[in-house]
Amino acid sequence: MAGEKLETIAVEQKTEDRPQINSFGDFWDYFKKELKPRGNPATAFNVLSGSAIIFGAILLLIRFTTGLGQPVTNLSQSFPWGLWMGFYVMSGAAFAGGGYVLAFIVYILGVDKYRPLLRAAVLNALLFYVFCSVIMVIAFGRWWNIPNVFLGNQFGASSVLLVVMWLFLLYILTSAFEFSPAVAEWLGKVKMRKTVGSLAMGAAALGITLSVLHQAGLGALMVMAKAKIHPLWYSEMLPWMFLISSVYAGLAMVIFEASISTKVFTDQMDDENRQARSDVLVGLARICGGAIFAYFCLDIILAQSEGDLGLVRNRMGYWWLLEIVGLVAVPGLMFIHGAQKKNPVTIQAASVIALIGILMNRYNSVFLAYNWNLPFAEKYYPSAVEFLIAIGVVCLQIWVFRWIINRLPVMRKGPEWAAKIDKN
Amino acid sequence: MDRRTFLKIIGTGIAGSTAGNLMTPGKSSAADSASGPEFYGILVDTTRCIGCRRCELACAEVNGLPKPDISETANETVFKSPRQLTETQYTVTGSFTTEKGTIFVPRRCMHCNQPGCVAACPVKAMKKRPSGHVTWDSDCIGCRLCMVSCPFDVPKFEYGKAVPNIQKCNLCWERFTQGVLPGCVEACPTQALIAGTRRDILDEAKRRIAANPGRYVEHIYGEYEAGGTSHLYLSAVPFDQIGFRQDLGTKPYPEYSSFYLKSVPFVATLTPLLMLAVGAAVKSGRNGLEKREEKHEEKGKH
Repeated sequence: MAGEKLETIAVEQKTEDRPQINSFGDFWDYFKKELKPRGNPATAFNVLSGSAIIFGAILLLIRFTTGLGQPVTNLSQSFPWGLWMGFYVMSGAAFAGGGYVLAFIVYILGVDKYRPLLRAAVLNALLFYVFCSVIMVIAFGRWWNIPNVFLGNQFGASSVLLVVMWLFLLYILTSAFEFSPAVAEWLGKVKMRKTVGSLAMGAAALGITLSVLHQAGLGALMVMAKAKIHPLWYSEMLPWMFLISSVYAGLAMVIFEASISTKVFTDQMDDENRQARSDVLVGLARICGGAIFAYFCLDIILAQSEGDLGLVRNRMGYWWLLEIVGLVAVPGLMFIHGAQKKNPVTIQAASVIALIGILMNRYNSVFLAYNWNLPFAEKYYPSAVEFLIAIGVVCLQIWVFRWIINRLPVMRKGPEWAAKIDKN
Repeated sequence: MDRRTFLKIIGTGIAGSTAGNLMTPGKSSAADSASGPEFYGILVDTTRCIGCRRCELACAEVNGLPKPDISETANETVFKSPRQLTETQYTVTGSFTTEKGTIFVPRRCMHCNQPGCVAACPVKAMKKRPSGHVTWDSDCIGCRLCMVSCPFDVPKFEYGKAVPNIQKCNLCWERFTQGVLPGCVEACPTQALIAGTRRDILDEAKRRIAANPGRYVEHIYGEYEAGGTSHLYLSAVPFDQIGFRQDLGTKPYPEYSSFYLKSVPFVATLTPLLMLAVGAAVKSGRNGLEKREEKHEEKGKH
């Protein structure tokens, strides 16, 4: 029965404008055709980001030939991790949380109104993890040994990093699978689209599990640094705090990204999609505000139960208050207020502040509140090269994201035949 | 083993009468205890250290590191500023001005009983040997989580090299397998350092505290700190006055991450089941709703 239906769909589609790809040669030709830039390539953004990527690549050459010392990084014996681990690996993974949170809402809870945002969120998650992995190769001193983590028989089974790196790999595969319906639609592969589409819920359940585990795992990387992280930021519950903050970080990223793409990728959306986006923004803001409220309460409870609240009346304490009030509570209230008033500007502003809060929180664990009692001269601040390489990688990620959005049905609706498959 | 080496191991001639454990067959020498379950370690008696830095020189010679200038004039300038281990110095002696005068403290890797660095390593490049030595080898991926996880800030990374290593004291593992004392212990002119099994040096430390009332504070640093270490320290003044952290706790550091690690298999099995169950419940709930609506519509038609 199903096979017959599939055939009818396939036959029907022959008349439709669908790429015919039957061999790797076909794919390669199609891919080469698609690879060409669309529109005017000489925009200000393209020139700037393009030069950032080229410049970053040159600096990478220096990093790989001379090592991680000065002037490449400002890392030291007291600060083994810096901008790269703090920004890309710790914050980037949290920003990618939208992929699993939206998959939970759409596939598990069956709330269809968020579906138009799902593919972009999954793609965003996939790219963040891929580029996180790239950054880990750059940041790890003996990167050529990284296969030792996945192959051979000397797994450090008591190592949180081993678990996290495995989960990264598995989640990249899972989110690629979650995204594969869009690839099938792009390539016009009816059979592939049907198969991967039918496994969507299973893939979502697996993706959520892997995400929960590694978001917590990133926090667990820091629990042995008990002696170094300021008590206001340290807790043995750090893994679960990282997990909860990834929920709102991911949603804030979805909101932020949705508000940008409505402007940048406006040609990809029909009126229905654009309308849906402003509707769902309110719903997402409400969930986001709730998650922030939960995080805020838990953080205060932890600080109280560990007896750290007495430490707030000095420089580190004010810094902590700034983070927990200014960059957590304030955006939380803004989300809720914006959702009540249905005000997209407030919601978008809240998402930006919440994202800055996440960056600040991860930086604190890795270097701002890490070895906090060292004299100022020995403190770490990122070097210019660390910044430039990070910016180059960010630009490359944006380029890949944009390339995919402009070619695959991520923001726009898929082809008719795909909709038919989903109905059957 | 000749008499001289023996005296070095137990540190002092008077100890002979109480050092029964040291004479037990199988535990009396470095090489022999390799086969046994006992951890090997060093007792550092800071009341005996004269700050000559011969241990630093010996360490550099044994490990092929740049040799320090340990002339008296050089020492004077060196001791003026606080000292830390580096990637080319596996042991350094610090000088502290205290209520009981200047105290010299030679520091190096503590060789924890349950080391955080070993637990943190994803590829077992950092190893706790059966004899207690914490060693590093070149399978390392250079992630530096060992540095993040060490409560004593011991592992050091060669930032300036394209092929960087982690550098730290390995308690002269190579020499140990050949039955030779660690370089620093051998070089110490005042027997401020003595080597032996952890049980024996701990007994010796307790004996010294009991035998010399008032000479030591009643605290052996490393007995319980961070779950216990194979380097033990004796001091005449409270340890925070000579650069030791008193806030590390007595819990072995790997235990901090064990809660997460143990919950991984549980979360991994329960979450997908929960997700699929919730998904199925939502679906059937919705189907029921649709059916009811259909019935409602049918009724409306009649």
